[in-house]
Amino acid sequence: MSEVLVLVDHVDGAVRKPTYELLTIAKRLGEPSAVFIGGPDKAEAVAEAVKKYGAEKVYAVDDADIKGFLVAPKAEVLQQLVEKVSPAAVLLTASAEGKEIAGRLAVKIDSGLITDAVDVQAGPVTTQSVFAGNYTVQAKVTKGTPIIAVKPNAAAPEESAGAGAVEQFAATISDSAKKAQIVASQPREATGRPELTEAAIVVAGGRGTGGNFDEVENFADSLGAAVGASRAAVDSGWKPHAFQIGQTGKTVSPQLYVANGISGAIQHRAGMQTSKTIIAVNKDEEAPMFELVDFGVVGDLHTVLPTATEEINKRKG
Amino acid sequence: MNIVVCVKYVPDATADRHFESDNTVDRDGVPGLLSELDEYAVEQALQVKEKAGEAGESVVTALCVGPAAAADAVRKALQMGADKGVHVVDDAIAGSDALATSKVLAEAIKKIGDADLVVCGMSSTDGGMSVVPAMLAERLDLPQVTMGSVVEFQGDQFRIKRDGDSATEVIGATAPLVLSVTDQSGEARYPSFKGIMAAKKKPFDTWSLSDLGVDASEVGLSSAWTAVEGTEARPPRTAGEIVKDEDGSGAKALVEFLASKKFI
Ligand SMILES: Cc1cc2nc3c(=O)[nH]c(=O)nc-3n(C[C@H](O)[C@H](O)[C@H](O)COP(=O)(O)OP(=O)(O)OC[C@H]3O[C@@H](n4cnc5c(N)ncnc54)[C@H](O)[C@@H]3O)c2cc1C
Ligand SMILES: Nc1ncnc2c1ncn2[C@@H]1O[C@H](COP(=O)(O)O)[C@@H](O)[C@H]1O
Repeated sequence: MSEVLVLVDHVDGAVRKPTYELLTIAKRLGEPSAVFIGGPDKAEAVAEAVKKYGAEKVYAVDDADIKGFLVAPKAEVLQQLVEKVSPAAVLLTASAEGKEIAGRLAVKIDSGLITDAVDVQAGPVTTQSVFAGNYTVQAKVTKGTPIIAVKPNAAAPEESAGAGAVEQFAATISDSAKKAQIVASQPREATGRPELTEAAIVVAGGRGTGGNFDEVENFADSLGAAVGASRAAVDSGWKPHAFQIGQTGKTVSPQLYVANGISGAIQHRAGMQTSKTIIAVNKDEEAPMFELVDFGVVGDLHTVLPTATEEINKRKG
Repeated sequence: MNIVVCVKYVPDATADRHFESDNTVDRDGVPGLLSELDEYAVEQALQVKEKAGEAGESVVTALCVGPAAAADAVRKALQMGADKGVHVVDDAIAGSDALATSKVLAEAIKKIGDADLVVCGMSSTDGGMSVVPAMLAERLDLPQVTMGSVVEFQGDQFRIKRDGDSATEVIGATAPLVLSVTDQSGEARYPSFKGIMAAKKKPFDTWSLSDLGVDASEVGLSSAWTAVEGTEARPPRTAGEIVKDEDGSGAKALVEFLASKKFI
């Protein structure tokens, strides 16, 4: 069986959940091989983590030389691995960075690229959600090695023991790949809540919050949810851009999405329309958001949310 | 400075967008326009030109690859203040994917010549892959600084700020480079009456594939690197239950609903 390369998405060696989803998908297509570009001291721990999800091999690439140079060197690493192992496919997460690495790799190895897949089956045949979630599209790569950037939550991670054999891979990085550089970086403050794109429940607030997100956040915490925001709330400076859901923010596809004081503009829908269950709280019964909901409350969020939060907390005891 | 701004012509997102029988996006039956997100790219291109002012004359060229009607997107960029327009149109391009589109764009940029700065939007509002800027950087062998919410430069040193997934970063590179900007980078200007009149007299080139030396067999639907096998309209959501809140009844009903679905 051919190998399927999975680029490990990690923060300083801490593997992020979408990587396990990719490995689960990779098993449908061939034999999963994880590609870890990072510190050599982290390789063993990463191998331990990814082998639980079926990684047979782990290519460890020391990033000492390429740290801080963004996506171009990573595309070169993958190009050289593709040349070495002729994989059945290359899988990456559909983050901004993942997609850019994929784009450069596609040009380098003259292969087709599919981004933002919400499902991948043997073939590989991908499913994407387009036009603000109004259509689903099935697609296939027809030339070269399929490169697929997959959205978080596209598969439920399935545990399956792999060998996790670490193999050092020494890539040759060109000078021209080292021309764009991170000159400063300010890590985002941890919120203690789940990651927006990975969360099972997302509670979002819009202009209707009037700028006070406490009620939205308390409600989110009663459900163990991540907190998101509309662009109106972000543009007003109530939440950083990293919270924005929609066309120019994050796309989320949780089990449950609760929109509070959000009208439901098409650009917002583009980021949440594929959520399994949708709830809205809005005082305007004509708000377009109500067209999407499984359950809606026409009312003032400032009274509905605190009462609901209290009731939920009471039930939890 | 020689600045090229890439603008895409897209079906209006507020119209009923759909697919043709060959699974390509219907670009004729739906009104089109300059992709809203590329207006931000035009704005930043113009701002760079204005700020670079003293250092010598800069030229902003708006470049679009698209069907005949896409000339509108270039014209809009000219009305906003771009100096020159280039529209690459050729029947053979129809149905191209991002790889082919980026190839045509890259060849056009080479023909325009000596670009110091290639500015793109963060994503097209139809395909929305956000990969063309990275592909252009790869094809032109240029550094990429993408998804900028703030753009600063001094001479040929560019810096952008961007909100990454786990950090806010400052990214730097030396021109020539490919830059992409987000909708956080600053409101795009509206064409003024004067701008609209002036646009009519600005140089506007229309090129075909042969002008670029690109073989028709390298682009278009039949030679795409990917194939759409099927498209399906999302089934309309079945109407949900909507309650009016009266004296706390809304919250109660909400909690009942959450409990019935096992979210609590
Ligand atoms: C290029 C482009 C990209 C965009 N990208 C995005 C994006 O990524 N994400 C995004 O969200 N938007 C995006 N937008 C903006 C989008 O068009 C809307 O303007 C935005 O989503 C509106 O946010 P909102 O629903 O919070 O505000 P509004 O539309 O003002 O709606 C506020 C809602 O709150 C309700 N309300 C008010 N007070 C209360 C109360 N006390 N209790 C309950 N309800 C109340 C009102 O009835 C109303 O329905 C984009 C726009 C453009 C042009
Ligand atoms: N056909 C095109 N003509 C001109 N520019 C384009 C075209 N397609 C994409 N671009 C540019 O590339 C950016 C990203 O597009 P995409 O990768 O399709 O999301 C857009 O915002 C444009 O600046």
